Amino acid sequence: MGDAFLQLTQISKSYPGVRALEDVSLDVRPGEVIGLVGENGAGKSTLMKILGGVVAPSGGTIRVDGERLPALSVQQATDAGIAFVHQELNLFDNLDAAANVFIGREPRSAGPLQLVDRKALYAQARRHLDQLGVDFAPNTPVADLSIGQRQLLEIAKALSLNARLIIMDEPTSSLTLAETERLLAIIAALREQGVAVIFITHRLTELTASADRVVVLRDGRLVGHLPKERISHNEMIRLMIGRDLASLYQPPATAPGETVLEMREVRTGAYPDRPVSLAIRRGEILGMAGLIGAGRTELARVIFGIDPMIGGFILLDGKPITLATPRAAIDAGIYLVPEDRKKSGLLLDLSIAENIGLPTLQAKSRHGIVQAARLFEDARRQMQRLDIRAPGCELPAAALSGGNQQKVVLAKWLAMRPRLLICDEPTRGIDVGAKSDIYRMLRDLADAGVAILMISSDMEEVIGVSDRIAVMHEGHVTGILDRASFSESNVLHLAVGAGMAGCKADFPEARSA
Amino acid sequence: MMKKDIGLFVLILLVGTVVAVINPLFLSPINLGNTANLVGLFGLFAIGQAFVIITGGIELSVGSIIALLGVLFVDLIVNVGLAWPLALLLMLALGMIMGLMHGLLITRLHLQAFIVTLCGLLIYRGIARFYTADATAGFAFGDSFPVLEWLTTGRFYGVPHSFIAMLVIAAIMWVVLHRSVFGRHLYAVGKNEEAARYSGINTGRVIVAAYVICGLLTGIAAIFLAMYTRSISPSSHGNFYELYAIAAAVLGGFSLRGGEGSIIGVVLGVVLLQILQNLVNLLGIPSSLNFAVMGSVILVGVLADSQFSEFRKRRLALRR
Repeated sequence: MGDAFLQLTQISKSYPGVRALEDVSLDVRPGEVIGLVGENGAGKSTLMKILGGVVAPSGGTIRVDGERLPALSVQQATDAGIAFVHQELNLFDNLDAAANVFIGREPRSAGPLQLVDRKALYAQARRHLDQLGVDFAPNTPVADLSIGQRQLLEIAKALSLNARLIIMDEPTSSLTLAETERLLAIIAALREQGVAVIFITHRLTELTASADRVVVLRDGRLVGHLPKERISHNEMIRLMIGRDLASLYQPPATAPGETVLEMREVRTGAYPDRPVSLAIRRGEILGMAGLIGAGRTELARVIFGIDPMIGGFILLDGKPITLATPRAAIDAGIYLVPEDRKKSGLLLDLSIAENIGLPTLQAKSRHGIVQAARLFEDARRQMQRLDIRAPGCELPAAALSGGNQQKVVLAKWLAMRPRLLICDEPTRGIDVGAKSDIYRMLRDLADAGVAILMISSDMEEVIGVSDRIAVMHEGHVTGILDRASFSESNVLHLAVGAGMAGCKADFPEARSA
Repeated sequence: MMKKDIGLFVLILLVGTVVAVINPLFLSPINLGNTANLVGLFGLFAIGQAFVIITGGIELSVGSIIALLGVLFVDLIVNVGLAWPLALLLMLALGMIMGLMHGLLITRLHLQAFIVTLCGLLIYRGIARFYTADATAGFAFGDSFPVLEWLTTGRFYGVPHSFIAMLVIAAIMWVVLHRSVFGRHLYAVGKNEEAARYSGINTGRVIVAAYVICGLLTGIAAIFLAMYTRSISPSSHGNFYELYAIAAAVLGGFSLRGGEGSIIGVVLGVVLLQILQNLVNLLGIPSSLNFAVMGSVILVGVLADSQFSEFRKRRLALRR
């Protein structure tokens, strides 16, 4: 590893009334992987904006190759070889992979028309894609790429810009396990090629595997700097939130009760020839693990009445029930916290109160006229109960942080009487503090007798929070694990479709349900 | 009243004052009465259009529906000899059925609103022209329907009944849109249909209902317009009316993306458009420039609005 080409010294940034960053120093050397962790609001994004040249620091100095600068411009950041792979990918899915890599700087052919030189475009794109060892051709439309492949495409784009430092902002938050493994391998390969990576993630296990060192931010300050040998899960959590991991998970207070919802040979549009049978009991959190595309979300959508059921039965309290619309599911006490909260969970422009009250407007109205006072009163009660941090319930939901937004989605349902709550990736992109709030809430609900089906691709979460884990693979439930047989390897084993036989525990009810 | 509505109201006062200063005839009872009548007529179907726009849709067949229903209404009374209350109810039902069909095509068969209602525009206009063989449908000299005429073209202390009808309907629709559960659902569906569906709202039904309401209000407007003009030439009656309605809604702060706008806004939008028409006449601007004036004012208005909200956003961002 050579000398640091990028040095941040005592960087601070204050906005009126807020110190977003204080006295943060960071060196970046070629070919090192730096993990950057911290809760949302800890200052990570401000630091990234300073590196990207979007925001100028209020104090401190930046040195690029020894040259001292008070602030970077976007151009200077690009010239210095700093590239970003954002959480929300900036790709044009109507174009193909090669066109995306060179968007805005397409190679031109000679001649008066200066048309795009398609040959050169594909050849150059192929070179960068090969460097990453991707499994798609340069002329693949982006619309056909998985999220993981799109991310690789973003990295290829960064490489085409001669990046020396690639900053990845939660790159694994929507990746499958296999894709995550692949990305970590690519990060390792980039390191070999002398490219530095700053890796921001909420999934700390990834850092123990891949980072050379970890930097922890809390409240705008650099509170910890862990060299490779000291990177551990507990240590990172402790630094991030100032308390221990144990407080994150909570065991159930009561044993699970009778079956609330039973699926018998339920078939979904995604896997019409793969019937699923599964029972969820009162008071338990049934985790649902599996690779992305295993059919978990599709199953949830069928139970909630969004998609039609192709075949089979659903029994609620032992009685067959038809759930043809979300309304029918809601009336039966079955609620869904969807995977994509911005798209399906919330109306971002509407107020917190209106979001919380939306499914229950009829109950808050008289003769069809909404009683605003009741709407607000109810929203305030829910905000207090779920500790939703916002100055008021009239604020648009868009103004909230991810964790608080997710709590609003939960509040929407908790205002009613849930029997079965389905949470699809309930903590994706949420900071540790809000995560532990949500885990506690789910546990409290379960203890109060609600059945909870938690779909999650986060291994720690699924193992830490669930009472049982059902694992799906390509539309099948390949096995159900009891607490005694919980382990990452068992879950993975089932997730890749290997079957119960290889798991290190017994399991009676897998297919008999 | 929202800030946007107040801005529009001030603009109306400003334009009105300027016109009144230049030509005092603007404030004469006759001119005010006529303008109010037009505001009433156009307001009726513009409010209907507003409901559709709230859902993120659009209804392009308004003008053609007005022509078709107008022709049928006159024909049923004059040539078929149907009692006018029956004909009136039939026309309103027909308007609602057309709205229902549009709504179902859009929600059940997943066609785009623009295309469905564009086809409606062409089809209804064609039928109207075919029905009368392109001849003008009108009441014969001496035909008299005192109650119907009083209802539609009468005046109450000089205030045209069309204007009063529009105010009454605006008041009802204000409650529906701004206070009822259905109104909240409309906004929710317009803002984010998927999230609304995940919240248990029957989004298809909400959207269809918006088109039915639009059809009903357009039907009411068609009757008033038929009685106001008394003779209907099916090739030109109601031409461009859908665009007036859309313009009024946009001026009134509606977003064509859906989920934004208010009843007060669209009514003020109609008022401003009618004053502009009036201004062209009163200030001796060649009436051929009519559309150009209207287009320019809408453009300036929308531009000012978007610049202002940009400015506010930037100021907010700075404060953060």
